[in-house]
Amino acid sequence: MHFHSVSVRFSEAPVLEDVSFDLEAGRFLAIVGPNGGGKSTLIKVALGLVTPVKGHAALFGDRAGAHPERVGYVPQIKTFDRTFPATALELVTTGLRGSWPARVTQEEREHGLGALRRVGAEALADRQLARLSGGELQRAYLARALVRRPDIVLLDEPATGVDFLVEHDLYDLLEEYQAETQGAAGPATIAMITHDMAAARYHADLVLVLNRRLMAYGPPEEALESESLREAFGHRQHQHAVAL
Amino acid sequence: MTLLDALSLPFLQRALVAGVLIAVGTGLLGVFVVQRRLSFLGDGLAHAAFGGMGIGAFVIVTTGLVGSGLAVLRDPIWIAVPFSLLAAAGIYLMRRRTDLSSDTAIGVSFAVTVALGVMFFSLIPPDVNLGVSLMDLLFGSILGVRALDLYMILGVTLLAAGLTAAYWGKLAYATFDEELARADGVDTARAELVLYLLAALVIAVSAVVVGIILMAAYLVIPAATARLLARTLSQMTALTVVIGIVATLLGLAASFLLDVPSGSTIVLVQALMFSVAAMSRRPRREPLRSS
Repeated sequence: MHFHSVSVRFSEAPVLEDVSFDLEAGRFLAIVGPNGGGKSTLIKVALGLVTPVKGHAALFGDRAGAHPERVGYVPQIKTFDRTFPATALELVTTGLRGSWPARVTQEEREHGLGALRRVGAEALADRQLARLSGGELQRAYLARALVRRPDIVLLDEPATGVDFLVEHDLYDLLEEYQAETQGAAGPATIAMITHDMAAARYHADLVLVLNRRLMAYGPPEEALESESLREAFGHRQHQHAVAL
Repeated sequence: MTLLDALSLPFLQRALVAGVLIAVGTGLLGVFVVQRRLSFLGDGLAHAAFGGMGIGAFVIVTTGLVGSGLAVLRDPIWIAVPFSLLAAAGIYLMRRRTDLSSDTAIGVSFAVTVALGVMFFSLIPPDVNLGVSLMDLLFGSILGVRALDLYMILGVTLLAAGLTAAYWGKLAYATFDEELARADGVDTARAELVLYLLAALVIAVSAVVVGIILMAAYLVIPAATARLLARTLSQMTALTVVIGIVATLLGLAASFLLDVPSGSTIVLVQALMFSVAAMSRRPRREPLRSS
């Protein structure tokens, strides 16, 4: 993933300013920063959903959004319509097809069940999405992202406000996936927005601190040193973050 | 005359075929209209068709086409269809390019097109016979379906079925979560435009038959009934079409037997089916999750 001097504005308000970084394949990146600091926008630029007003973003050496089949995206779960009649398996199948299935084939069902089993949610396959808890939904979304065996997984606050995904379960799953994808193409890359500084410190091998501008980028012990956090969060949040 | 005897009457045969075709066309689109909370779209586009019919009627009378040997040129529908498509494109653009919500964009179109329709109809001398009355336009005349109407409805239904089949997966994905669909490379804007234009086309040709007032019911009630019964969107789509067809057949039969207006009867049968589905639904053992 390559960001070169990326700036984004929404209705003239700056959201990202001059953000540049390179993320090599196989790394585990934690993106941290205060609310409204542009973390979700950065992920959306990487997905090709938001076009920068300045600079450019690239994935796999091509423009962002050019290879959706190589990207597994776990969004914040607030965005979908809960009255939509659908099962967890249908949601997972969108990860295989890139469109909504009118009918899930036997082969897709097997792949989908395998992905749900990986995240401990095989029993949810035929349950309606509207009946799932936040944590169960997050498992279904994670299965959807991993079922296509992506080269990069982008996660937007996957463990915020949900009742199940105990953080270490999630990190274990992602690390396991990375280990599994060791091969000719190299291990998968993970980029995850999190508010959990402790998890960022212990699980990620790179941390990006963002508050509209890139405040720090590097190994956790460098990026999370107090000065960059103080700048990104302001003093009070910093104290809270350090306490974690 | 028994119902069986009546089935040999050409006007009733045409009504049956037209009603079934309209149930298919509106049913396929109604699923997305209901699921996208665009129920007002049916009203908006039906009234756009009314505006188009008004402009069309005025053009036909003032240009002397009212005496044309070609039946299609004497019919204001050839102006109402492109006018409805323009209105749909206008609603789409207002929604996409401004911060206005769908119902506001549709409301603007609704008011403007009705005003245009009333104005142009008022400019036509009362002694001119257009072959279609204002009352027919408002409340429909499914028993008065002409062969020309039937061919148009057949063509539009086939087009709607073909394009809906081609776009179903994309439209369904974008309806579920537009951002997720876009992240997977789905051109959600194009899919939405296809939905709006198809709805305009189906509504414009159907409104002449079932009436502008009842058009929204055709687009919304069968899909809303199916939503109460279906577990998946594909089930909902199939059920919507079946419910629309059954309601049309039962409504036409009841209208014939009771000698009451057919359009209203069909909608009342749809409403009855909706009520039965709503009442037969088991109470939820647990509430829908809110987060």
